[in-house]
Amino acid sequence: MKNILVFAESADNTFKKSTQEAISYAREIAETVGGTVTALVIGATDGSNLGNYGAHQVVSVDYAGSFTSDAYSTIIAEVAKSMQSDLLVVSNTYSGKSVAPRVAASLDASLATNVISLPVTSDGFVVKRGVFSGKAFAWVNLSKSCKVLSITPNSFEIKTWSGDANKSTQSISATSGIAVEQVNKVTGKIALTEAEVVISGGRGLKGPENWGMIEELADALGAATACSKPVSDMGWRPHSEHVGQTGITIKPNLYIAVGISGAIQHLAGVSSSKVIVAINKDPEAPFFKAADYGIVGDAFDVLPKIIAAAKN
Amino acid sequence: MQGNPIGEKGGFFLLFLRKLKRMKVLVCISVVPDTTTKIGFIENNTQFNTAGVQYILNPYDELAVTRGLELAEANGGSVTIVHVGKADSEAVIRKALSMGANEAIRIDAEPTDAQFVAAEIAKIAGGYDLILTGRESIDYNSGAVGGLLGALLGIPSVNVVTRIDYANGTFTFDRDIDGGRETVSCAAPVVASAQKDLCEPRIPNMRGIMAARTKPLQLLQPQTVADFSASKSYELPTAKTGVKMIDPENASQLIDILRNEAKVI
Repeated sequence: MKNILVFAESADNTFKKSTQEAISYAREIAETVGGTVTALVIGATDGSNLGNYGAHQVVSVDYAGSFTSDAYSTIIAEVAKSMQSDLLVVSNTYSGKSVAPRVAASLDASLATNVISLPVTSDGFVVKRGVFSGKAFAWVNLSKSCKVLSITPNSFEIKTWSGDANKSTQSISATSGIAVEQVNKVTGKIALTEAEVVISGGRGLKGPENWGMIEELADALGAATACSKPVSDMGWRPHSEHVGQTGITIKPNLYIAVGISGAIQHLAGVSSSKVIVAINKDPEAPFFKAADYGIVGDAFDVLPKIIAAAKN
Repeated sequence: MQGNPIGEKGGFFLLFLRKLKRMKVLVCISVVPDTTTKIGFIENNTQFNTAGVQYILNPYDELAVTRGLELAEANGGSVTIVHVGKADSEAVIRKALSMGANEAIRIDAEPTDAQFVAAEIAKIAGGYDLILTGRESIDYNSGAVGGLLGALLGIPSVNVVTRIDYANGTFTFDRDIDGGRETVSCAAPVVASAQKDLCEPRIPNMRGIMAARTKPLQLLQPQTVADFSASKSYELPTAKTGVKMIDPENASQLIDILRNEAKVI
């Protein structure tokens, strides 16, 4: 690699943890196979601290428009061309996933999404990515000279580097065919796809009125909340919280499943979690076979005790 | 047209205009293993083991087909299904036709990766007002065909949409974003990828199933070369070594274990 470009996604004028991971990931590649890491900041967020995560330089493009996949892709592709980038790294977030394919098409690059490993370059350029919605992994060789990787949040450790990154600005005009009319962000809540701890509830909670317990434990542990498919199908919780094969695949450090039996489709979405805790009153629940820690007990007896300890 | 104040000629003209404005929808579909499939590999972990696997229409594509049909029906339009795959996927294509789609195109090639699939579909995707895909296929999970198509066709793409409405040549979408949801609008033509909540999947009725048998299914040969990527091998997640049970009477102990033994909180 000669020039690695990282799309430094930001929200509310700060860089996300997933962005820090993406920059550290790029720097790791640069350290092993050579190359420089350029962090691309679109908008007004100050990129001064990105050197700490491994960026050699920071390029800012002062684009005032809202995030739209077409305008942002135009900007990223233009910068990549001007820097002669041969590798683009983005985070596998909703925004990252909407720009990665468009940029790959404009650069005639090979694309891999859901990437969870550093590239193996001994024979080609091979990365490991999640397939079958968490049920398996594939090692994929990317053949084009230019590559675009979308890396899964929580897959790489953030490393700190010393040294200031060189800062520069580029002026690029981009237009979008998409008009953003309204944005509704849930404030004060941790995004499920990026959360390090996730508390999830299933049918064992009996009804939406009992979700207070899940939220209380989540608050105490700084966690995001999730749910199983039946729970979102019955409308107890929004579909955006449904983890599993036809929902979201997540990879937190800790996943606590309360009252979820552990059907194969659900396990697919959470099996990459580092530590899994299953709480279920049925000792035969399949989740216990996929968990690191288990408690056989009724959620209504067990959870209050755990919440009390977590608040301590 | 009797009694029509604009007269016979005007009536035909209006009909002609309506014909001109007919909404054309293209829905790209994948054929995937049923969600209950236990995944395994053969040939030294280089190939997916298809033995005993039931194939279905990708669940997100099912939503795309359904919403595409609803929009086409409301606006006097038509829905075309496109699929890149071999002959064994025709049963699933017929399912999409039985849901109500007007016609289908199968591009006769192994769908090796999202980039090849998108390059092939781009060859036939001109002239549509709305191109729909699923948010991702539940087998290879690239989630990239929509964005790739948008770029290849030079039109906007809107990912993970939970609502699509149409009025006066403009589509309005709700879409999931990191930590929330937003509303965007976009003039036709546009590509969008379907997310759960978009609609309830339509179940084909007997009339639809009968009609699907004779609907046109066009077979095309691939025009591009699949040279973007290649899967070298597969692996399964490492199985958990065994669960450590905690006494429910001492459930509070869990927090201590997570803090000091597992060190995850």
